[in-house]
Amino acid sequence: MAAEIQASRFRLLTEQVGRKFVSGVEDFGYGAALLAESVFWLLVGRWRQQRVRLSAIVQEMMDIGVRAIPVVVILAFANGAMMAMQGIYTLRDFGAESQVISGIAMSVTREFGVLIAGIVVAGRSGSAIAARIGTMQMAQEIDALRVMGVSPVRYLVSPILAAMLIMMPMLAILSDTMAILGGGVISVMELHINLDTYTTRVFSELVPGDIFQGLIKSVVFAVLITLVATSNGFNASGGAEGLGRATTRSVVLCIAAIVVADMIFTFFLSR
Amino acid sequence: MNSAASGTSSQPVIEVNNLVTYYGDQKILDDVSLSVAPGEIMVIMGGSGSGKSTLLRYLLGLHRADAGDIRLFGKSIDTLSSQEWMEIRKRIGVSFQGGALFNSMTVGENVQMPLREHTSLDENTIKIMSRMKLEVVNLAGFEHLMPAQLSGGMTKRAALARAIVMDPGILFFDEPSAGLDPVVAADLDNLILRIRDAMPVSMVVVTHELESAFKIADRITVLDRGRILMVGSVEEVRNSDNPRIRNLLTRTSEDEPVDVDDYLQRLTEGAMRF
Repeated sequence: MAAEIQASRFRLLTEQVGRKFVSGVEDFGYGAALLAESVFWLLVGRWRQQRVRLSAIVQEMMDIGVRAIPVVVILAFANGAMMAMQGIYTLRDFGAESQVISGIAMSVTREFGVLIAGIVVAGRSGSAIAARIGTMQMAQEIDALRVMGVSPVRYLVSPILAAMLIMMPMLAILSDTMAILGGGVISVMELHINLDTYTTRVFSELVPGDIFQGLIKSVVFAVLITLVATSNGFNASGGAEGLGRATTRSVVLCIAAIVVADMIFTFFLSR
Repeated sequence: MNSAASGTSSQPVIEVNNLVTYYGDQKILDDVSLSVAPGEIMVIMGGSGSGKSTLLRYLLGLHRADAGDIRLFGKSIDTLSSQEWMEIRKRIGVSFQGGALFNSMTVGENVQMPLREHTSLDENTIKIMSRMKLEVVNLAGFEHLMPAQLSGGMTKRAALARAIVMDPGILFFDEPSAGLDPVVAADLDNLILRIRDAMPVSMVVVTHELESAFKIADRITVLDRGRILMVGSVEEVRNSDNPRIRNLLTRTSEDEPVDVDDYLQRLTEGAMRF
């Protein structure tokens, strides 16, 4: 009997692992199809009488980008300041505290500036987009779009993708600037240098490749957040509880996706 | 009871041949065949779980049939290209059970949306056309309201205005009377008949409301457990001696005999899995 129970548990476990794997592959395929279709409508919608409206893109740019500016500014500034404090404290033992400036310049532009912008957008828009599309799904509004001959991907996903692709790099540059400024304020106070010297040092350390690394990542984050949030919205089911689950899942997966993607990109781009 | 469609010899606008559909392993629709003539109001009637809403979703092309064929305006929907599908969809209108109005838009914007998406009419013409349709459903002057501010009856009428704004050839209704009081439901039935008289349109109405079905139908299809029990005129359905149709008409509940072996099988199935 015990052996039978053991075998049954093992079978159940392998079944679950198998199902999760298949569902993961399905999600990946779904995301790829969603990306292909939304890019398709952005590029050729105009010639198929299904154009992606500029007004919808501008509206999404406001929601995703412009309204995220205050939070990005605060978080990036604070992060830059904290990096400067920790750096100066750590490097002081070696008498190398002035090296903190190059540390801030490189790590912010390559890594943390874009990551902060990505996490803010994932937190704000990852949940909002999933909730909006999920509510539409449950109220049959998505079905209504389809039977009207309006592609839901063209109408809902393409404007979000376009807005993300425009706004994420901009937010990343803003985030870089604010984090460097935050580090600068602390450096001026602690290292007794003036802001001009700090700025000159920052720009002498940076090469275009550092900034491009951040910008490439911001484009990848834009695609990931769009796909994760919209696919969670389209697949929401199960009433208010299901909607809450889809929203939470969207935010968690968005943040997880951008952090993992960041790690993978850093691995390859730093070689 | 209208007989506008009787005796018509023109090609059906909707033809369903031997439709079979599954949900997982469960068969939902089994060998369903029906046709709707131009100008006809076909009511699809049945109890909960009879498959009538599922049939509607397949007619709308929201799912792909496992077997059988559905033709809209003479074209098999399985073989349509996306471009052809879009052209067909411009010619159909749907009034969903809950209205499915876009909550982020006003009533007026909802009604204008198909015109904006599918035509290149100028702004003034779009506004005039949407107001005309709102007049038809007695919602003139309410176009600035948001869907959340509408009553149940107004929501259904606004959804109907959006459904007819492109002057469709086929109108689909999913439970038009559901959730409405009898007076508002009767108003909506009258509105449906008025629209049919004013426009060259065929209608498919899915409902479980007997009174409403008998009032508006030219023909009625009775579905039961995924199969068609009968297709006939209102009188034929009223006079049917099929026991399951009689139960539906007289609202008699059905106590099915329990098979003991089946019952035990259901209870113990999977019990050894931990």
